[in-house]
Amino acid sequence: MDINKVQSNEQIEKDLMPRAFGPYGKLWVVFLLFIGGIGLYYYVQQLRHGLVVTGLRDYTTWGIYIANFVFFVAISLVGSLMSAVLKLTNVKWRTPLTRISEMIAVAAIMFAGLIIIVDMGRPDRFLNVIFHARIQSPITWDVIVITTYLFISMLLLYLPLLPDLAIMRDRFKTIPKWQQKMYAFMANNWKGTSEQHKILNKSVMLLSVMIIPVAFGIHTVTSWLFATTLRPGWDSTNFGPYFISGAFMVGAGAVIATMFVFRKFYGLHKYITLDHFDKMGRLLVLLSLVYLYFNVNEYFVPAYKMKGSESAHLKELFTGAYAPLFWSVQIGGMLIPIIVLLFKKGRTPLIMFVISIMVIVGAWFKRFLIVIPTLHHPYFPMDQAPEAWSHYTPTFAEWCITGGSLAGALLIVTFLVRYFPIIPVEETIEEQKGGTNELNIERGYQPQIEKI
Amino acid sequence: MEKHIIEPTNPRRDFLKTAAIGVAIASCGSALCSCNKSNSNSEDQVVLLSPEGELVTVDSSALKAANKSHCVSGEASRKGIPGKKFVMVVDLARCKNAQKCQESCDKNHHTQYPKEYLKVLKMQDNPSASPYWQPTMCFHCDEPPCVKVCPVDATFKRDDGLVLIDNDRCIGCRFCMAACPYSQRVFNWGEPEKIESEITCKSPEKSGVNTTMGTVEKCDFCPDMVREGQMPHCVSACPNGVFYFGDENEDAVSNGEDTVRLSKLLADRAGYRAMEDLGTKPRLYYLPPVNRLFPFEDAAETEEDHSAN
Repeated sequence: MDINKVQSNEQIEKDLMPRAFGPYGKLWVVFLLFIGGIGLYYYVQQLRHGLVVTGLRDYTTWGIYIANFVFFVAISLVGSLMSAVLKLTNVKWRTPLTRISEMIAVAAIMFAGLIIIVDMGRPDRFLNVIFHARIQSPITWDVIVITTYLFISMLLLYLPLLPDLAIMRDRFKTIPKWQQKMYAFMANNWKGTSEQHKILNKSVMLLSVMIIPVAFGIHTVTSWLFATTLRPGWDSTNFGPYFISGAFMVGAGAVIATMFVFRKFYGLHKYITLDHFDKMGRLLVLLSLVYLYFNVNEYFVPAYKMKGSESAHLKELFTGAYAPLFWSVQIGGMLIPIIVLLFKKGRTPLIMFVISIMVIVGAWFKRFLIVIPTLHHPYFPMDQAPEAWSHYTPTFAEWCITGGSLAGALLIVTFLVRYFPIIPVEETIEEQKGGTNELNIERGYQPQIEKI
Repeated sequence: MEKHIIEPTNPRRDFLKTAAIGVAIASCGSALCSCNKSNSNSEDQVVLLSPEGELVTVDSSALKAANKSHCVSGEASRKGIPGKKFVMVVDLARCKNAQKCQESCDKNHHTQYPKEYLKVLKMQDNPSASPYWQPTMCFHCDEPPCVKVCPVDATFKRDDGLVLIDNDRCIGCRFCMAACPYSQRVFNWGEPEKIESEITCKSPEKSGVNTTMGTVEKCDFCPDMVREGQMPHCVSACPNGVFYFGDENEDAVSNGEDTVRLSKLLADRAGYRAMEDLGTKPRLYYLPPVNRLFPFEDAAETEEDHSAN
């Protein structure tokens, strides 16, 4: 932790404990509820009339719901990045960012599951996926790994929260009864004994190890929903690492955006420092470079060959109808962030916030470009189909439902932040003491390494 | 051409007709049979094509009117017709885009544009080659990519070669549509129009009858017709004998007019399967559009030239 001045424990608790929404917070919640409500209204319409309310038709059978699904799965990988990868590599500065990452991960993976149900023609038959499951279908694999990832992520959010829940149970006396009961129930008799710390540390360490293959699993399997088909543009062995590297990149972007917002509105300057921005900026550059590498593989190699079936797809992306979007996403969502963040002057909060928004928006539309244009280039000509079917324009209802799902995920993050500390309180206190508690001893089983 | 078809010059056609009449009697009362035609022709002895593919001669008095048409559902509809291996051959040299196949398919499966199981595509293999018409439907592949990806076993491969869909199980994820490289699957995007039909049978063998919102449909090779010893609707509707349908085990296919050896037909006429390199092993073969019966004419005069394959 790079807290300039040692804070008293009381000060830390005062700074970091959840607070009731201010006027901006309330406005934000109302806004999200409004967007979510519109989405819900249109989803009811879709349930009533079928997927005909969307812009989807035969040929373009998957659209922004699926793109949004891939986006959510991608974002959710941030949890494993911050709380597992950085934990196991003993990166200390991650402490104030772990919880917010897990919150994003849990919210995103929940809505990944929901949006896939929204895309189903028969959501009422969802349980067929379990009762009539066939193991050779990548969808079955996806159901298995996403459920596993959701549970591990929730545990990785909940377990490290235990000491903080105990603090809230013991200190918060003026809050409503139900809230007190909730904290008491969730704290699960946490007393902070060394035995409890030991079990907790072991569990968190175990989960951190477990979540990495599962995280790779969810996004690799998600990429296989496309890569296991025979369609030009999807038929790529590069898809797994291509998706994973993109996911880590957008995940880091999401952390930067949220840490900027909460730092500003919750006044967390003492805890989320400029140094954190600098390090997250470097991390984002590294992850973006990896993603750039897989992009080169994904587009350059087929473009060099221009195989007959691939060429129509590639030309549409490079110079055709999707070219403006494609180049905006590749340049604005990948190249510019790399260049800007390479410079120290670029790694300041406001610039990084703007860059991270570019990365996130770029990532969403990149998923659009991965899912949709391929479907416009089937092997057989489409001239028997109505002319309109060779394009895809999402309908208003479709945008509203998609927007509603994004608002819903943000709402979950917002409410988690409302009731739980966004920065681990107990861990911060202990770290400030100089690493005397078992958490740090446990973490210190590896030799101390320099901050990256 | 029409005239040529109607003339019952071929013994096989006679046989088929007799068989059809026989089965029609056997299943009289069925909504599908054409009893009115057959009544006047009935004689003492009737030749029947049994479901096993054997010819049986029975006295007409021994025949009882069946009280229902073939409604095979549940597990039986997933097994297939025993001993059969259905196959189709489409002779591209004979197709002039008369669209009778499409009309008949639409009518009998209660589908309508743009949701159609059978499409006659305008193909052109390369810029120098003349375009041709290609009737295209589900190929009932032996390595079906659609079946592989279905998470709930709603679409399945039967022992008789058919790939069918259980519309009561389909969850509407449309993964099969993404997986099918031939784009032959259609989706009920909205509430389908209620069809006025006395057929209440819910079976994967009756595509289009049990049409359900939010589920996938496609060509089923009309197993309900085949069970009655009749040809799929597209085969019997075609005025030019483009479609040959038959059983690979018997090594015989017929377009309703000529019955020929499947192996000889494919060997002599250089039969091929669409996009062989994808490894899907379609059960539908094409005969190349050489020595055509008709010059290529595109009534719509579409300006675009689509290259394919």
